[in-house]
Amino acid sequence: MPTLWLVLIVVALGGIGFVLGRGRALASAGGDNRKLHSLPSYYGSNVAMKTIMPAMGVLVLWLIVQPFFVDATVSKLLPDAAQSEDTTLGLVMSDVRRVADGLDFAVAEGLLSPDEAQALDASSDNVRETLGAAGVALGSDVSAEVLNAAQRYRVLSATGRLFMSALVLVAALGGCAWGVKNSHMDYRARNVVEAGIEALLVTAASLAILTTFGIVLSLIFNTIEFFQRYPASEFFFSLVWSPSFGGGSELGLLPLLWGTLYISVIALLVAVPIGLFAAIYLSEYAGPKVRGVAKPLLEVLAGIPTIVYGLFALLTVGPLLMSVFGREGLGWMQAGTAVMTAGLVMGIMLIPFVSSLSDDIINAVPQAMRDGSYGLGATQSETIRQVVLPAALPGIVGAILLAASRAIGETMIVVLGAGAAARLSMNPFDAMTTVTAKIVSQLTGDADFSSPEALVAFALGMSLFVITLGLNVFALYIVRKYREQYE
Amino acid sequence: MYDAPNSERDVEVKDIKITAQGVQVYYGDTHAIKDVSVDIEDKTVTAFIGPSGCGKSTFLRCLNRMNDTIDIARVEGNILLDGEDIYDKRVDPVQLRAKVGMVFQKPNPFPKSIYDNVAYGPRIHGMAKNKADLDEIVERALKRGAIWNEVKDRLHAPGTGLSGGQQQRLCIARAVATEPEVLLMDEPCSALDPIATAQVEELIDELRRDYSVVIVTHSMQQAARVSQKTAFFHLGNLVEFGVTDKIFTNPTDPRTEAYITGRIG
Amino acid sequence: MTDASLATSGAPARKGKSLVVPDARTKRRNAAETRFKAYGVAAIGAGIFFLVVLLSAILINGVGAFQQTFIQVPVYLDPAKLDKSGNRDPEEMKKVSTFGYSPLIQDALFAEVQAQGVDTPLDSAKAMKEMISASAAAQVRDVVLADPDLVGETVDFQILASSRVDGYLKGRVQRADVARDKNINVEHLDLTDALREKGIVARRFNMDFITGADASESRAEQAGLGVSILGSLFMMLVVLLLSLPIGVAASIYLEEFAKKNRFTDIIEVNISNLAAVPSIVFGILGLAVFIQFMHLPQSAPLVGGLVLTLMTLPTIIISTRASLASVPPSIRSAALGVGASKMQSVFHHVLPLAMPGILTGTILGLAQALGETAPLLLIGMVGYIATNYPDGVASGFLDPNSAMPAQIYEWAKRADPAYYERAWGGIIILLVFLMVMNIIAILLRRRFERRW
Repeated sequence: MPTLWLVLIVVALGGIGFVLGRGRALASAGGDNRKLHSLPSYYGSNVAMKTIMPAMGVLVLWLIVQPFFVDATVSKLLPDAAQSEDTTLGLVMSDVRRVADGLDFAVAEGLLSPDEAQALDASSDNVRETLGAAGVALGSDVSAEVLNAAQRYRVLSATGRLFMSALVLVAALGGCAWGVKNSHMDYRARNVVEAGIEALLVTAASLAILTTFGIVLSLIFNTIEFFQRYPASEFFFSLVWSPSFGGGSELGLLPLLWGTLYISVIALLVAVPIGLFAAIYLSEYAGPKVRGVAKPLLEVLAGIPTIVYGLFALLTVGPLLMSVFGREGLGWMQAGTAVMTAGLVMGIMLIPFVSSLSDDIINAVPQAMRDGSYGLGATQSETIRQVVLPAALPGIVGAILLAASRAIGETMIVVLGAGAAARLSMNPFDAMTTVTAKIVSQLTGDADFSSPEALVAFALGMSLFVITLGLNVFALYIVRKYREQYE
Repeated sequence: MYDAPNSERDVEVKDIKITAQGVQVYYGDTHAIKDVSVDIEDKTVTAFIGPSGCGKSTFLRCLNRMNDTIDIARVEGNILLDGEDIYDKRVDPVQLRAKVGMVFQKPNPFPKSIYDNVAYGPRIHGMAKNKADLDEIVERALKRGAIWNEVKDRLHAPGTGLSGGQQQRLCIARAVATEPEVLLMDEPCSALDPIATAQVEELIDELRRDYSVVIVTHSMQQAARVSQKTAFFHLGNLVEFGVTDKIFTNPTDPRTEAYITGRIG
Repeated sequence: MTDASLATSGAPARKGKSLVVPDARTKRRNAAETRFKAYGVAAIGAGIFFLVVLLSAILINGVGAFQQTFIQVPVYLDPAKLDKSGNRDPEEMKKVSTFGYSPLIQDALFAEVQAQGVDTPLDSAKAMKEMISASAAAQVRDVVLADPDLVGETVDFQILASSRVDGYLKGRVQRADVARDKNINVEHLDLTDALREKGIVARRFNMDFITGADASESRAEQAGLGVSILGSLFMMLVVLLLSLPIGVAASIYLEEFAKKNRFTDIIEVNISNLAAVPSIVFGILGLAVFIQFMHLPQSAPLVGGLVLTLMTLPTIIISTRASLASVPPSIRSAALGVGASKMQSVFHHVLPLAMPGILTGTILGLAQALGETAPLLLIGMVGYIATNYPDGVASGFLDPNSAMPAQIYEWAKRADPAYYERAWGGIIILLVFLMVMNIIAILLRRRFERRW
């Protein structure tokens, strides 16, 4: 693991720098640390920081940029036939990468010498067999172009790594020298170190933005690629969802959206009344004892992973509903997996979510409001219904919207409990499927990543992201405004 | 304007509206009110004064059982309203509070329209036969609250949009709309500016014609201006109770004198 | 200003009415009050009822997975078949595959049935092979290869029974259903009953379920959660090592250093929104960035850990900030007052005081990550992949593995109902882990909680 070694070397240099910097600063003050501007360890940290931080920056940057560069160069080597069709370029490149990895592996295992690996020739040597012996299985025979590209890939990667190591070491040594040179009794080491730490803190905080960027970019790029292969108007307006990996799929969003919304509505119909009344009871009526028992019990429901709810839907609630509404009962239900099954179970999952959010919001209504009502001779329920709830309404609406966003984005319950068929039906006992369930099924198959059937998952993810983000932003805005009103 | 009420102060004996006998209040382990007995007259303004934390507000909240809403509060002793014990098991605090209205320290209009704020009490108590009836009740209450002229053109604007003084008068109008017999006021002017205070004080004097008004105040001047009877509380004890003029000019208890002259408080 | 004439014309309907006698309206209102309160009680009752149903469903269905049916038979390890050369060389004996062992086991069972004098229409060793798990041969083979000297002796084995026999003992397989089942016959069930009376077929605690690896679709009796528990463990390690320092650093910046400006605002809005982004979207992110773009190995716990880190970071940041904010400003002032720098006041005073709260929040974030499934499916941590223990730490992070919830999902998808029991059982294990984490968090909070 050369990268790991590189990191260790840089860290070691940092350690040496620490000792050097500390020593030099102390020496400049004649060994009297009272004469130093900062504590001696700050001088050491200053050097260590200057050694490690730029070097690591270079390393990370290089690791990100190099694959781009190598990919771009190598893909130029590939024949035009492979390049002209977008569908296969990605595939060919992944073949190239596999072969290159295989060669690396064979060399590491000692089956090939580095020179032999570069000298391999697709026409004379059976590359597939050679690599097979090293334990690298290849799907098909390796063409000359691919082998050639793979060899080039290895060369480029190796040179790149060499340059990177050199540059990182230079950066580390340079930083170290700079730091040591600065280590003088008058140097404000503490301020510099603290500025460095603050920079680290800012970087950590920016990771949130980076994550959002990552989400948006990964969705956008793949969605654009999808729309190049499949018309956007069809995706948004087609009423049929029937993917077939052989081609000729119809990939309409609407049936999935319908299933998603139908299930979410049922879930909210279960969760909102129960959750809201539970919150009202807990915050307005329950004594500390009841509250101390009931609240944590309800919150247990929130701590249970969704896979558990999914299994509960599939194996308990589905069969239970079948026995009432199925063929032997009312005959409305064809299979245990249905909108109703998923909706009910999701509703149960959302009860604690709604109740704890509403609880907070109801508690934020000032006591003076209640006193005013009691003082006029209102009963507690009149006070709640006519004063507290109207006052809390914006907050509660926000909470319900957050719950709705949860329901729309929920995956495991619908994957296991809702069924797989996309259907535009009004019957809540029909099996339907949702956006999230189809993201899973389109991306967990063996589909080629560049086929529209797989790429559609990104467009679905984009739709999901936009819808939930919209709901969240709106809901959080409402809740924030609501809280400010009573602060 | 301020001394007008004083000049009209009537001193003849009125009917007793509320009688408190040996009232003790505990908050958990704290003994907040110690054996207080007092008679509150009808059609009179009675002021409770005393340093902060002396229990005057606590005692006030006993008179319409607002302390019931606090879990740890416990009230002992008798409080009679027209001769009936309001802490009797059979008494519904809801009915009691319709008879004994309350105005709070901080104006607390509901987040509803001005009209709905005032109509809230009459609605829950079923006092109006129809919409016109309710309109009339609301108008009357707003007039009694001396705020009708200011809000009659925007009855359906939110009550929270009014100024502090207007809000407090709205709260008073809200309280009188249910036609209570006693009106309790817990430092009703402490959150108001002097002009709004003057308006509310004037209003309190008007209300005396129909109600027994009990007002808690930390301002001795205010007690002197608006009340006919004054009770001085100190550390949970009722130290002295009597005609306002006498309390302020010739107190019997040295603690009262110390408070009035500013040595304690 | 006031209108006195209106005031006196009021409608004092209640005037003079006794307080002691409730009027009709008050009675009605009190009834409404009682009803309203009842709704609240009913809502809480419903919530707790659902919890009880859920937990009992898990327990009732899952406990069976911790027990497995075994057949106790003495197996004669025939040297003629297992070690033809006779020199007990393990390398050479490895050439005998499990197919070489199967007949020995079948013979052993047949002989045992005969010896016990059980009356059965099954008249050959082969006819009894449906009783025995397909993995029994591997089980015997492992023992033999571990100790070649056993060859030639007759050794008592606890052989895994087939999942149908196991299901019969657990009530999953009913006699009525057997007619349609080509994997087992009524005769086998009769024999099972007979052998059970003799104590040869019995249910025992199944440690392999907790420590074992996943098995193929037809060998439900062999499947265990052990390897995916390890997968989860490696992921949690990644999550802990990344999210704690990054989360704390981000929180310190936002809570202590950030000035109120556009940039800080954007970060804050970002974090609260990220906390509400559906987990599957993080799966897409992981797939696109870590696998498509960075070419990190698919199905690796390292990648799973990275995805879950990004997912839990917002939660951890939010709770960490709350802990930091609960440290009173007087502590900061005191530190600054003796000449500490802002950085020193935070790292020497505020952070240590906030640490219990931070750890509690982190543990709860980890618990959330441990139960998360959806993003793992997208990065390939599902399928028949949790079948081998990793060789070491690096392989633990980088080799394909599953995770507890993903393994449970995988089992739930399989056709054989025997796997449902395993899925429920897996949930029990998962919930035990979550419970322990939550209890630690609660204890931590109780022990160190400070009220300022």
